[in-house]
Amino acid sequence: MLLINCPYCGERPEPEFVYGGEAHIARPKDPDSQGPQDWVRYLYRRDNTRGVHAERWRHTHGCGRFFNALRDTTTDHFLVTYKTGEPRPDPAKATP
Amino acid sequence: MRSLIGERQWPALSATAYVHVLPPAQRFVLRGDAAARAAAESALGVPVPQQACRAGTDGARAALWLGPDEWLLVAPAADQEAQGALEHALGGLAHSLVEVSHRQLGLLVSGPEAERLLNAGCPLDLDIGPFPVGMCTRTMLSKAEVVLWRTGTQEFRLEVWRSFAPYVTAYLAEAARGI
Ligand SMILES: [Zn+2]
Repeated sequence: MLLINCPYCGERPEPEFVYGGEAHIARPKDPDSQGPQDWVRYLYRRDNTRGVHAERWRHTHGCGRFFNALRDTTTDHFLVTYKTGEPRPDPAKATP
Repeated sequence: MRSLIGERQWPALSATAYVHVLPPAQRFVLRGDAAARAAAESALGVPVPQQACRAGTDGARAALWLGPDEWLLVAPAADQEAQGALEHALGGLAHSLVEVSHRQLGLLVSGPEAERLLNAGCPLDLDIGPFPVGMCTRTMLSKAEVVLWRTGTQEFRLEVWRSFAPYVTAYLAEAARGI
């Protein structure tokens, strides 16, 4: 079974987790100044990366926390997981 | 309170794994920061763990770590002081304290094959090394979310949502036939 390293609980089986979409998408700080195209970019545009992808996961059936992960979308290999709010790690230096 | 497991056959067991329904208990889910945690700890007189996936006990009261700001607090049904003490201690602090006594049911899974019985539906490594006595966590037992707490080398407490109890008990009974 695929094990995912929750930053709070450690390595846990995949069925405890739920995928949460692309990570590091920040809501505009000043919503009033945003035009329709800005909102389209914020709400709908995603990278659909082939390779290393930064994405959100939630340990729904564990500690309940959201966290981020770098995952290779071609191999389903998790390079590293990190807490929400921490910067995206360098994939070259990432250790699972 | 009506018993949902009514006339079902109990305990569901093999020769080496047993399942018993635990008596009713008071349960609270506490959400809050470090100050709320410390206040609950002094109010209840049990360690409210900061370490992930650990339970603190003192007598019949217990505090189970569920998340970095979330704990399940358990006290006997006859414990008259627990709720008042918690409410008093947490009064001035930002927190949420939800009484969930009747939401879930406690099951005791015990016996030399208890680990194997649970592993029929739970993918965690339940060996005594990676899952020692005093460890607790939310997890999945087949399709039902449960709180699993190791209370002894051959003894686990399961906290199961009431409507999932017939499913979980039937699942364990079926799994026990294979042990
Ligand atoms: Zn977790």
